[in-house]
Amino acid sequence: MFGLDKKDTTLLLVVTLLALLAPFILNPFPEASALAQFNAGYPDLMQRFVIYGIFAVGFNLLFGLTGYLSFGHAAFLGVGSYSAVWIFKLLGMNVLPAIAFSIVISGLFALLIGYISLRRSGIYFSILTLAFAQMSFNMAYSVLTPITNGETGLQLTLSDPRILGQQATADGSIPVTNLLPGLEMRQSVQLELGGWLFTFNTGYYLAAFFLLLAFYIAIRIFRSPFGLMLRAVKSNQQRLNYTGIHTRPYTLAAFVISGMYAGLAGGLLASMDPLAGAERMQWTASGEVVIMTILGGAGTLIGPILGAGFIKYFENIFSKINENILHDWFSFLPQGLQDFVVTIVAPFFGEGWSLSMGLMFMAIVIFLPGGLVEGGQRIGQLFRRKPAAGDAASSQTTPAE
Amino acid sequence: MDAIILQTLNGLDKGSAYALIALGLTLIFGTLGVVNFAHGALFMIGAFCAVTVQRILTLSVITLDPNKTDFLGNPAKIKTPYVEKFFGPEIGAGIIDWSVPLAILFAIPVMIAIGFLMERVLIRHFYHRPHADQILVTFGLAIVLQEVVKYFYGANPVPTPAPAAFAGAIDFGVLIGFDPNQIVYPYWRLIYFLFSIVVIGGVFSFLRFTTFGMVVRAGMADRETVGLLGININKRFTIMFGIAAAVAGLAGVMYAPINSPNFHMGMDFLVLSFVVVVVGGMGSLPGAVLAGFMLGILESYASLNEIKAIIPGIDQIIIYLVAIIILLTRPRGLLGRKGVMEE
Repeated sequence: MFGLDKKDTTLLLVVTLLALLAPFILNPFPEASALAQFNAGYPDLMQRFVIYGIFAVGFNLLFGLTGYLSFGHAAFLGVGSYSAVWIFKLLGMNVLPAIAFSIVISGLFALLIGYISLRRSGIYFSILTLAFAQMSFNMAYSVLTPITNGETGLQLTLSDPRILGQQATADGSIPVTNLLPGLEMRQSVQLELGGWLFTFNTGYYLAAFFLLLAFYIAIRIFRSPFGLMLRAVKSNQQRLNYTGIHTRPYTLAAFVISGMYAGLAGGLLASMDPLAGAERMQWTASGEVVIMTILGGAGTLIGPILGAGFIKYFENIFSKINENILHDWFSFLPQGLQDFVVTIVAPFFGEGWSLSMGLMFMAIVIFLPGGLVEGGQRIGQLFRRKPAAGDAASSQTTPAE
Repeated sequence: MDAIILQTLNGLDKGSAYALIALGLTLIFGTLGVVNFAHGALFMIGAFCAVTVQRILTLSVITLDPNKTDFLGNPAKIKTPYVEKFFGPEIGAGIIDWSVPLAILFAIPVMIAIGFLMERVLIRHFYHRPHADQILVTFGLAIVLQEVVKYFYGANPVPTPAPAAFAGAIDFGVLIGFDPNQIVYPYWRLIYFLFSIVVIGGVFSFLRFTTFGMVVRAGMADRETVGLLGININKRFTIMFGIAAAVAGLAGVMYAPINSPNFHMGMDFLVLSFVVVVVGGMGSLPGAVLAGFMLGILESYASLNEIKAIIPGIDQIIIYLVAIIILLTRPRGLLGRKGVMEE
């Protein structure tokens, strides 16, 4: 289907189902129960799952395929957000032109930065992208204040022209972003089933649509001759050069595509909540997408989406857990022991979420370089190996021939 | 003219910090071939060594003073630091006042121990993995160290004053024939600069004039041959890692009075220090020092009003701009050896 082989079609269908049914899947606990705090099925968080999923899928197209580790990818996300907000200010509140514009602008920006940075590889490339991103971040805070509104961040005002839309709504407030006239991004339909409450949000489904599109394109790139060439760059660029292939156009194309993915994510972020700040471009934000991709599994198709979902879920849920909740959890222990355990565990929850994330990230890099996907495969093999030990050995030798 | 001299002086102290951190980074890269993204965190831990020493020294015993009452009518509580009890009020207050210089004595063993631990437990497993993996795992370590410090010391900057003797500023202009009050420079920044010169000189002479240093230099040039000669080069490199951590830590200790330490200062300096290392030349120690001072001074020149009038915002981006130009025109950096990480 769609020019994919059977395995990829299944993968795409699984992702489609997951994305469409996310409001159900992410809300497994009844609203009134104590476990409701682990529900992630509210629009804001679901939107972030898919948006950062797009971001990570795009980053993986560069890092996973070519091995070029960019430490400045958040700059493209930030540029995307700024461009989208400018469209909201100048043209009108429809999100489609804004998203298109943010993809184009980020692509151009990536072309410029990639053209220069890709002259070097390895750690020099990482530092060049880092330098460019920090430069953009510093400039967004200082010189470019007329465009970026400095520390306050770019926001909509009542005096914006919005030539294709209305300047203000009938009651004099700033209009909200919409997909079609009358279909607002923040609009949600709620469904109550027994004790469960499911929310279907316009913005989420728009973002999910883009995620599926982005994922589909990523599969096609992975399976294309172009993708093969990018993998060749990763495994041995020198040999490619010796065979007379100029690799830079390929890496540059990958860089620009991945920049456009980041722009799309930025545009979507701005569509959900029309403001853009420079902190989205800071290098810690770039580090976050690196972590997501590695955690999920760099170079795999589904890994980045898993990683993004994982990080965003735990960021939201873990950071909500405070000491009282921990005391509840360990209430089966005797009082003294309970206090002791809570004291030990508390630094890793709530505000200490970053600590847990850092430790987890280190553990993944050390023990499981393939990320969650590799972990899943290893577990799968554990169950499969015993009956088919001979088969596994014989199938391993096939690729060598 | 006076503005230029003043900016040169201002650039020196920031340049000293860059140079010290970049020196440690280069030592680690030159010896072990590891790209250490956690080096900024070591700088931050150094600064928090100063905070820790200050806290230890000001540990107080609380006594009630029956003669005074607080606003609720209870007897007022008086905190007396233990140091003042042991040594008498005057000497005790003096010791507390000098907590930052005293922290140097505390920081050296602590930092060397942290460096050893890092190398033995974590970094040694990454010698044969790609540079990207080294960057990633040390980046993770940097996050962890930063969060640990945040957990124990809070998210706000902790003011750590310099000794009162260095509180003022020197009227530098008078010394070289300008009018008074034109070039005023805080004492502590001058001390910081001199201190960094001493540390840098110490590291260089250690490498140059001791047998240990000679072996390390030989190992940097050709690790295998030195190993074949029957020298345990790995052990020496571990010690060098500890020394590099101590250099970063010392830079942090002395920097504490200039900028109150906070948990993310390491990350802020790390990015710049990497740029410094790359500009100086990966693996070149003199290059790191030279580029550190050069970029520090350039940064402060760029914040001159006259220059900002021509190119607005240049002070924010000058370092990155220089780095980009250097990387594109001379990838091995200012003083880099040919063929080191040059691709």
